[in-house]
Amino acid sequence: MPSTTLAALHPGDAATIVTIHAEEALHQRLLALGFRSGKHIELIRKASFSGPLQVRIGTTDILLRRSEAAKITVCQGANGK
Amino acid sequence: MKRIALLGMPNTGKSTLFNRMTGGAARVGNWPGITVELLSGKILLGGDMVEIIDLPGIYDLHGFSDDEQVVRHFLHGNVPDLSLIILNATQIERQLGLLLQLKQLNMNMVVLLNMADEARKYGISIDVKKMAELLGVPIYLLSCKYGNGYAEALQAITKALRYPTPGMAEQLRSKLEQDQYVETEMARVLKHAVQIPAQLPENLTEKLDRVMLHPWLGLPIFFGIMYLLFQGIFLLGQPLENGVAELFSWLREAALEPLLSGLPAMLNGLLLDGIYNGVATVAAFVPIIVLFFLFMAMVEDSGYLSRAAFLMDALMARLGLDGRGFVMLLMGFGCNVPALMGTRVMRSRAMRLLTMLVIPFSLCSARLQVFIFFTAALFSPRAAPVVLFSLYLFSFAAAIITALLFKRRFQNSEPFVLELPPYRFPTARQIVMRGWLEIRHFLRRATKFIIAGVILVWLLTNLPPSAAPASSDTLAGIIGTWLHPIFAPVGISEQLTIALIFGLVAKEIVIGSLAVIYGLGGNALGTVIGQQLDWVQAYSFMLFTLLYTPCLATVATLRSESKNIGFTLFAIGWSLMLAWLTSFAFYQGARALGY
Repeated sequence: MPSTTLAALHPGDAATIVTIHAEEALHQRLLALGFRSGKHIELIRKASFSGPLQVRIGTTDILLRRSEAAKITVCQGANGK
Repeated sequence: MKRIALLGMPNTGKSTLFNRMTGGAARVGNWPGITVELLSGKILLGGDMVEIIDLPGIYDLHGFSDDEQVVRHFLHGNVPDLSLIILNATQIERQLGLLLQLKQLNMNMVVLLNMADEARKYGISIDVKKMAELLGVPIYLLSCKYGNGYAEALQAITKALRYPTPGMAEQLRSKLEQDQYVETEMARVLKHAVQIPAQLPENLTEKLDRVMLHPWLGLPIFFGIMYLLFQGIFLLGQPLENGVAELFSWLREAALEPLLSGLPAMLNGLLLDGIYNGVATVAAFVPIIVLFFLFMAMVEDSGYLSRAAFLMDALMARLGLDGRGFVMLLMGFGCNVPALMGTRVMRSRAMRLLTMLVIPFSLCSARLQVFIFFTAALFSPRAAPVVLFSLYLFSFAAAIITALLFKRRFQNSEPFVLELPPYRFPTARQIVMRGWLEIRHFLRRATKFIIAGVILVWLLTNLPPSAAPASSDTLAGIIGTWLHPIFAPVGISEQLTIALIFGLVAKEIVIGSLAVIYGLGGNALGTVIGQQLDWVQAYSFMLFTLLYTPCLATVATLRSESKNIGFTLFAIGWSLMLAWLTSFAFYQGARALGY
């Protein structure tokens, strides 16, 4: 399955995190919030006016901006689980 | 004395546990990052006095924000005799990582898996015994909010405190390099001790969010909620304030006047017309303030603040701020001081400063008292709540304009990543606690500023003794006349000018000093002011009060949080300028239109 970024997903889409390309401080924070390669991630909704995304990893819901989401590569599809 | 530190990620219930253990009054709320300072309390545990320290939440020990550094410095400086690691049981899957990091510091610790009630609802089952065995630390499930499991946990804490702490928090960083170890260990413990259903049951939070965070309905609902809240505060609170004010004037006539009639006229005047009138008029607002904070506590505890951050981030991003900044503005409605301190969760200094520049425009509860008083005195009962709401909109507008004007000076690229907690209902205990906290806060301010303020106002309006009280020959009259050229173009009279000067110290004094200047308490004061001013003058005065320099406590916090005098002076200067310009534009505009 082709890989894309988290920002390109649509509400209701599920995917698997492949890599995170963020500077160290952001990377640490994302790691602490549960963003790890291989983790299952779900896009719950997008705010209007290009606002932030709401995603779910496990039991944690996280808000992040599209610019941050674009730094996270995900792999979508059946083998994503 | 032995020392216990509470450690854990943000919004896991450390402050709730702290309050339960110490009977203390740490502010709690369903918002990651509500605690940004160290709080300590002492309790008797197993026969010894023990100090308990509530620390800000940390995501990991590498954190870069100011609140996380507080924790790192604390651990460096004072190794606690026992660390209570509080984890959110529903998020055990990822919070375990922090526990493993902390465990590497080799501290004496007890682990508390909080929110056991929520985890059960999610269908998450944790084999605490197995987990304790795998990790080699005592682990307990509990609910700090409802108190389930608390007794057992407290017993374990007392027992663990007997062991010496082996830990050294030195070489913190080098120890933390072993992230790979954390990863594998986490996987091992989770696999053996935790079961999480693949599909979470759909819960109330999801159903509510479908409406509250709806792409089109979300923002109208937000403003609708705000409007209803303030309408409710006005409609419920204003009669209460009237009642208390009447009670105070009755007390004066029935008891104080006969009692003090033997005193010399000057002293009698100072005590009754000065201190009593001033303080009683301000104290009449206590019920409104309590009511306001009860509503505020419900909003903060519900988890709606994070939703507001979600809804408003798009707008805030265009202002050089983010959704958290908007939440700080909302928190500023209570009091600007904790809102300013709440900006510690931001890492970028530029964004922190810009947020601190806009927070003082947030219509705090002290200013609310002034506005309730004036709107009730000058507008019909139907118009008054709408007028009040319009001031909240002006408050937002001032913040937006300020951010737009200065965002280039405070450019930043702070990432916005925020946890969205589920909706939670505050317990009655938490709400009552909050109300009590605010009354205490008010009394402290009252003894500190308000009494001194009203005495000073009374002296200014009664000295020199040859002058008729509150006339233009008194000191206050002289100052008012001197400042008249500045305040006449915005429609603010000499008497109101004096009140504004004292409002620099604390906005509560504004009404108190008016009571002293006019020599009238509570309701009688409202009637006189309603006759003396027209609505254009009153609204101009309210706009000025809303926007001009915040109280002394806010200025001091701006200074201590920014650690920059230049920035603090700039914030004061800008707010004075914006206040005058806005009042001028409104007053002259309204007069030009024939009002």
